[in-house]
Amino acid sequence: MSIVYERAKSLTPVDFTYCPGCGHGIATNLVAKVIDELGIQNDTISVSSVGCGGMNPMFFDTDTIIPMHGRAPATATGIKRIHPDKIVWTYQGDGDLASIGTAEIVHAAHRGEKITTVFINNTTYGMTGGQMAPTTLVGQKTTTSPYGRDESHCGKPIRMSELLATIEGAKFIARVAIDTPAHIRQAQKMIKRAFECQMKGLGFAMVEVLSTCPTNWGMTPTESMKWQTEHMIPYYPLGIYKDFE
Amino acid sequence: MARVLFKGNEVIAEAALRAGVDAFFGYPITPQNEVPEYLAREMPKRGGVFLQTESELAGINMVLGASAAGARVMTSSSGPGLCLMLEAISSMALTRLPAVIVDVVRSGPGMGDLAPAQEDWKLSGNGAYKIPILLPGNVQELANMVFEAFDIADQYSTPVLVLADGMLGQMMEPVDFDKLPERRKNLPDKPWRMASVGEKGYRTMMTLTYGRPLTEFTDRFENETMPKIIANETRYEAYGLEDADVVVAAYGTSARMAKAAIKEIKTDLKFGFIRPMTAWPFPKEPFEKIGPNCKAVFCPEINTIGQMIDDVRIAVAGRMPVYHIGNTAAGPMNTANIIDALRAYVEGVAK
Ligand SMILES: Cc1ncc(C[n+]2csc(CCOP(=O)(O)OP(=O)(O)O)c2C)c(N)n1
Ligand code: SF4
Repeated sequence: MSIVYERAKSLTPVDFTYCPGCGHGIATNLVAKVIDELGIQNDTISVSSVGCGGMNPMFFDTDTIIPMHGRAPATATGIKRIHPDKIVWTYQGDGDLASIGTAEIVHAAHRGEKITTVFINNTTYGMTGGQMAPTTLVGQKTTTSPYGRDESHCGKPIRMSELLATIEGAKFIARVAIDTPAHIRQAQKMIKRAFECQMKGLGFAMVEVLSTCPTNWGMTPTESMKWQTEHMIPYYPLGIYKDFE
Repeated sequence: MARVLFKGNEVIAEAALRAGVDAFFGYPITPQNEVPEYLAREMPKRGGVFLQTESELAGINMVLGASAAGARVMTSSSGPGLCLMLEAISSMALTRLPAVIVDVVRSGPGMGDLAPAQEDWKLSGNGAYKIPILLPGNVQELANMVFEAFDIADQYSTPVLVLADGMLGQMMEPVDFDKLPERRKNLPDKPWRMASVGEKGYRTMMTLTYGRPLTEFTDRFENETMPKIIANETRYEAYGLEDADVVVAAYGTSARMAKAAIKEIKTDLKFGFIRPMTAWPFPKEPFEKIGPNCKAVFCPEINTIGQMIDDVRIAVAGRMPVYHIGNTAAGPMNTANIIDALRAYVEGVAK
């Protein structure tokens, strides 16, 4: 009998504490597989964030740290500058990266900081109970946009991949989804490439993962995957926005 | 090395280099700009990381990261920048991450103005925590305290704040770098540092308090670390307390002014003098030594409503009145203001 699936070695034996069916589970697993594939577990320092992703230091069997809300790229910068030969990466939600931490992510890219960011876009603040995020779609109802996000009141959702791709120091930027097995396989490839960008010492790399928050969206996991396909991907086009040779 | 004429801010930078600072992260703000400017010149030559950050917020979080990575690390700023740093400082106090933060104080509140000031005494931020705060009184002491701050930070695994009033940062005075304190011995290892993976075969998880109750951390701080810091690191200079009629208590630049004022004022009354050299731990002991003749304590501070004075009142515990001397409409407090206030008191007693 051959092994067709096993738990990534870069994961601890701890069960994920994300809600059942949450996109964070898939994304966390993909990163762990990439760390295994690249054989960098013993050289990796994981910087999580404040949000549901902040739980992942319990899951990654690497050195891990939870930084202040939004400041993961700064904390990662501090670590990377002290240990330039280690692989330093951040795992951030959209409230964390696209709202409170926009300055830090923009300037990490601007300096060409040799770190990798995995950005989980689930269009809401999961941890605090489903408030509106800068990534919330127009018309989408959240606890703080109870009538649906109104463009005239708070604009249209921000597209971070497109924005960061305009910055010289960003060397790899891609947006992926996890709504289908094919997309999940593609997501793993892109995450791998984002780590390779760092390993080659090229500069800043980010993968935006379109994710789901079934709990706060009030959907089943299956419904939420469908919602991602039908509503998120049209507004957030998948693809590579910046690449290296 | 002989005595050399040095500007306070550059002394901060040079002392940090001599203390073996590995990395500096900071954002421009007057009146401390010579600190990053000096380090930007010297760090590349002497081997270390210098990075100008996009904000103080980012800067202190880089400090947090570099400290977690095991480095000796520092930032410097002034009031408005310090405010932006408080969340991370409070968090570093909780996770026990060492770092040195230098505040070359300017006057507030808000953006205030660039005049030197003695404010920011009550370093705040959320949560119940304390970190050592050092109060240099002249440029040599500024060198010594910045140098020693790195050892204090490592010894107790804590952020340390050096409060240098803007006057100290901007003035030039002779300093002798041979007179720096000795490096402390037996500083603890940093087994928790990030990147021990591979080297030592175990992993670090720095997660604030995840998985463990917050009270476990706060209890250890209160019952183990705090008493040690209070016992070992409380510092002050004092004289003439036992038979003093009046005591003047001041720190930093205003302590120099106060000394001059006491000398100048002609009176039969005896003056005692206390100069706290640490804001936390605050030196209560000299205040307890004030003799029974003392009728009043004066606290000259370069600010409007007094900050140190609250700690003095607690230390004096109601034994005598405590008066503030501070800025006037004409400008920041100076020696003449102190003399005026003391003379008015002396003449009032004589009547
Ligand atoms: C300075 C600060 N402000 C607010 C919070 C509260 N907070 C905790 S998690 C969170 C939202 C995180 O949402 P997101 O980044 O989208 O991640 P998700 O939980 O959706 O994965 C907020 C606002 C905080 N911890 N710190
Ligand atoms: S609240 Fe949402 S984002 Fe957070 S774990 Fe649950 S489903 Fe996932």
